[in-house]
Amino acid sequence: MSTESIAWPSTEAESRSFVDQIHEWVATVDHKRLGILYIVYALLFLLIGGVEAIVIRIQLIRPHNNFVSPQVFNRMFTMHGTTMIFFVIMPVLFGFANYLIPLMIGARDMAFPRLNAFSFWMMAFGGLLLYFSLVGANGLYGAGNAPDVGWFAYAPLTSQTFSLGHSTDFWTLALLVSGFGSIGTAINIIATVLCMRCPGMTLAKMPLFAWLNLVMAGLVILCVSPLTAAQIMLLVDRYLGGHFFDTQAGGSAVIWMHFFWIFGHPEVYVLVLPAFAFASEIIPVFSRKPIFGYAVMVGATVAIGFISMSVWAHHMFTVGMSANANTFFVLSTMAIAVPTGIKIFNWLATMWGGKIEFKTPMLFCIAFLFQFLLAGLTGVMLSVAPFNWQLGNSYFVVAHFHYVIVGGILFCLFGAFYYWFPKMSGKMYSETLGRLHFWLFFIGFHLTFDFMHIPGLLGMPRRIYTYEPGRGWDTWNFIVTVGVFFQAIAILVFLGNLLWSYYRGQTAGNDPWDAWTLEWSTNSPPPAYNFSTTPTVRSRRPLWDLKHPDDPDWNYE
Amino acid sequence: MNATSNVFNQRIEWDRPDRGRVAMFGLIAAESAIFTIFVVAYLFYVGKSLTGPIPKDVLSVPIFYTICLLSSSLTIHLAAKSLRRGSVRSFEILWLATIALGAAFLYGTASEWHRLIYQEGLTISTNLFGTTYYSLVGLHGFHVVVGLAALSIVMVFTLRGNVGAMHTERVDVLSLYWHFVDTVWIVVFTVVYVIGR
Repeated sequence: MSTESIAWPSTEAESRSFVDQIHEWVATVDHKRLGILYIVYALLFLLIGGVEAIVIRIQLIRPHNNFVSPQVFNRMFTMHGTTMIFFVIMPVLFGFANYLIPLMIGARDMAFPRLNAFSFWMMAFGGLLLYFSLVGANGLYGAGNAPDVGWFAYAPLTSQTFSLGHSTDFWTLALLVSGFGSIGTAINIIATVLCMRCPGMTLAKMPLFAWLNLVMAGLVILCVSPLTAAQIMLLVDRYLGGHFFDTQAGGSAVIWMHFFWIFGHPEVYVLVLPAFAFASEIIPVFSRKPIFGYAVMVGATVAIGFISMSVWAHHMFTVGMSANANTFFVLSTMAIAVPTGIKIFNWLATMWGGKIEFKTPMLFCIAFLFQFLLAGLTGVMLSVAPFNWQLGNSYFVVAHFHYVIVGGILFCLFGAFYYWFPKMSGKMYSETLGRLHFWLFFIGFHLTFDFMHIPGLLGMPRRIYTYEPGRGWDTWNFIVTVGVFFQAIAILVFLGNLLWSYYRGQTAGNDPWDAWTLEWSTNSPPPAYNFSTTPTVRSRRPLWDLKHPDDPDWNYE
Repeated sequence: MNATSNVFNQRIEWDRPDRGRVAMFGLIAAESAIFTIFVVAYLFYVGKSLTGPIPKDVLSVPIFYTICLLSSSLTIHLAAKSLRRGSVRSFEILWLATIALGAAFLYGTASEWHRLIYQEGLTISTNLFGTTYYSLVGLHGFHVVVGLAALSIVMVFTLRGNVGAMHTERVDVLSLYWHFVDTVWIVVFTVVYVIGR
């Protein structure tokens, strides 16, 4: 059969020197190696961004704490946000997309392997540029050495007057450079999905993973480009004396907000669609049922893609827009909950009546379902403009979007790590450590982010470096910080599990989950050429057809 | 596994879009989004400069150079068509004409900027008009430069005798980019010289 591997000299790693191996990784254009590079790179930045979060939370554990200065606190929340969005979640999602899409659609590689390598290194150097500000940004007049303007960098904070030195320049250049990488990857994903599918894999037979990443890539093209444009404008302002965001010369600070959030809100869907993609692969396999409502899932995804381009100004209700604008953005924001709700019902219907196996990936996905539902509900609350006027820029908002990003996206990501680790490494992870990771992280997540809503409702604003005692915020902040340590330990367990399993784990085999998509038909880890002969598919579950020739899926689709 | 291997190895009719074209359309979509933001900023700031000079006083409509750039879309189209027919000679001439027309347009922009900077005293930091004008026109000019570089590389290959009918699809992809640059100029022209003046 097509899945047997042939001898391939360059996959034997033992015989070559260390320098040769490093050279192979640096000069690689192979989608699997680039995928791993993306993922490892993101994990390193996860540790850095995590330490920044811990610093923020230690500072806020009690009133009048003096763990860090207000200046350092500003740098910490700016770097935490920027790092986590641009240099953790984006690269890790691109890593999985890179690794899995060609395998899932039966292709040899991405459509443009060298563009792929270029995009990765642009993003990698973007991250280094951001952190180079720590040594390179010391300006005159005691200017700070790391960006401290917040991750959305509102004007006029970013003007030369208020941001001395070069910290903001490093921030804007880092995002510009990594943005070019993101656009390159997005174009590559679109070309790969549309042009590299193996024979028989029509759009309607693609795994949902490929579909959701296709829509994600389209969104990246439409949302990262405006950010690139806005960063160019900011550079013009800062270096060439332009006046785009200079209110003294008739410029507008509000237009930066619009430009940033035209990027910023679709970006949330850029991050969450791949998370949906993981859930859409993992939940059916561990429920032993095909996905419920495939066509509706695709339709809902495309609908989310379109609607997400028209909701950005719900970040700006408190700025003071016209009543018509407010009404429009309230309604569009509420509308986007509909396709998202459809997806949640479809995942539940997939599980309904299934023979559910509670392995670690499935645990993370089930937690994701409930947490993402709650995150969506607080999102609908915040979409109501009067409610938003009350709670805008409070810890309620911080709790809401961390519920989305940690409770939704990160939980799915952990599920994906455990689900595809056997494929990527050839080894099985430790189920015990995986469960320990899940429960520690689950408890830590809920301690931190459930209780973070409450000081927000009680009026605690975000981005304050300390607070007065006796406002009813003290206990909640203490609990929130305690939860962070559970999460930190869980992350260490997770990394330990990956490392231990990689070196000491049992051999996983090609198809440990008895799954149905093409990546499980080749070796673990897959050889450089992926498939020794190009597969041909006739249904959405080619491996089911392969394993059950008497009852193939194409009889029912 | 004999029965099963049939599933994976059967031959079927299979046709997919060309990845070069798909990627170029992706790039064009991304570039359009970037230009949209600059155009929105330009329109938003029309008439909001606190000091002069203002567009009405200093801008003159570059009709000749606009005709140059737009007609280069025609020459590149004809060039690609001749290459598909296999007549490399006429491809060469038309391709060179495209480069010449693009270069003429760039010269037009350069001379206009020279006049604006040295005679009218309008720089990118003078006022909002200067900031938005030089950014938008400059961003477009940058794309013309990149396009000219790509066209010139193809020209060098052609002169060395390395381009033939089998490269039609690649030339088509490049000409898509050039058409896009021309289309953007129609938008920029309308915004800067018609609406904004």
